[in-house]
Amino acid sequence: MTTSTETTADANQQDVVASLRHVKKSFGNNDVLKDISFDLHAKENLVILGRSGTGKSVLIKCMVGLIKPDSGDINVLGYDVKSLPPKELNEVRKQVGFSFQGSALYDSMTVRENLEFPLKRNLKIYDKKELNERVMSSLQNVGLERAVDQMPAELSGGMRKRIGIARTLILNPKIMLYDEPTAGLDPITSSEINELINQVREKFNTSSIIITHDISCARETSDRIIAMVQGHTRAEGTFDQLKQTKDPDLEPFFKY
Amino acid sequence: MDFKKLLLRIADIYRFIANVFKELVSSPLEIKEILRQGYFVGNHSLFLITFTSFLAGIVFTKQSRPSLASFGAESWLPSLVSQAVVRSLGPLITGLICAGKLGSNIGAELGSMKVTEQIDAMEVSGTRPFSYLVISRIAATTIALPLLVIYADILALLGSYLMVHFFNNTGFRLYFNEASSVISYLDIFSSLIKSLFFGFAIGFVGSYAGYNSQNGTTGVGKAANVAVVVSMLLIFIIDLLSLQIVNLFRR
Repeated sequence: MTTSTETTADANQQDVVASLRHVKKSFGNNDVLKDISFDLHAKENLVILGRSGTGKSVLIKCMVGLIKPDSGDINVLGYDVKSLPPKELNEVRKQVGFSFQGSALYDSMTVRENLEFPLKRNLKIYDKKELNERVMSSLQNVGLERAVDQMPAELSGGMRKRIGIARTLILNPKIMLYDEPTAGLDPITSSEINELINQVREKFNTSSIIITHDISCARETSDRIIAMVQGHTRAEGTFDQLKQTKDPDLEPFFKY
Repeated sequence: MDFKKLLLRIADIYRFIANVFKELVSSPLEIKEILRQGYFVGNHSLFLITFTSFLAGIVFTKQSRPSLASFGAESWLPSLVSQAVVRSLGPLITGLICAGKLGSNIGAELGSMKVTEQIDAMEVSGTRPFSYLVISRIAATTIALPLLVIYADILALLGSYLMVHFFNNTGFRLYFNEASSVISYLDIFSSLIKSLFFGFAIGFVGSYAGYNSQNGTTGVGKAANVAVVVSMLLIFIIDLLSLQIVNLFRR
């Protein structure tokens, strides 16, 4: 196990798909991110583990330009996200799937329309047959073909998460960012979502960052874990390595 | 609100307006969404506009009649009502109803999309939500308001005619000949142009309040509230300004 924020710099740079260097972000007097650095490697499931309010979600929102960091460099798929003009930033965003904590399904649209929306808007696909094929294939990936004509309000929490993931997968992203994918779900549904995250990696060859405070999610999905405490990266390693930690801020995670 | 916050808010509104015009010029118009929103605008406000403008025509006629009758000028009733309706009453009633009905709807809808991260989801999938959500709504209200004003004017005059007919047994043709004789092109155009601005104000304020709402469900309620209050205020300000401008032309 390593305990320095700089250790990722030693990693193999060839297969790095995203890298963050010395990223800082404050909201007023509240320093949310304090010098965060790490790399995401190709086909890797990287879990960012930490308690609520440690800045995990802010971190991935910085990666897609939803939030601008105060300082530091963010490189995603070879692009410097911080300095990209809006048009080019959109091109990068199309290659990055973002699964929101609350699913963020468009609640005035059916599931089908939710999935068709990025296809029509980004890929300019309007052919009904092609749209239907892509929508059904994406729903098949998450095992929810039957929900195609339902409204988001009619779906359970777990189904909404799956549809949210299907909507991001429909554009074949290279990187997936999951914001608390199992938050608010029962253990069985959580386990199904974890399995889905692993399946997505296998099937789509995606690299993923999974933001979570759920230790089972971290155990089931991670190749590597970065533990965050109060805006800092406190430790990094595999699940089994981190399990041995004696850090008083991290130890409680692994007791449950 | 302290002075710094006020300046920041002004800068934010300025940025929002600049984005609106930038998107209007640089991005293709979302015709389908504008039509959908336009249908929504009509569908949501038509019944209320029908009801209120028709009643306003009746009430205004009934209240004006005794005053004119005391001067023996009852025959001027159609001219008086038509001038009042076309110049001010029609646009004002339509504007205020749409501000209440549509402003709150746009504010609340975009506000809830914002707090449930639906707008962020559109943003991160590169689907340009500003053009889809904001421009389409502003365009729809701006285009729909003049049409609704024309409709409201007709309904109010119809209400007024029924009253005049009821008291004086005046014929339909005579009433509308009298009513239209005092309406100039300037009255009609100024009324329509004014209502374009009303529509823009309603769409803009609702969109701005919703798109920038914060603090969860409280923020959604606040966005709806701000949308209604500010757009109503703007409608009266625009009405006053347009009156001043039109009076310059009249001279």
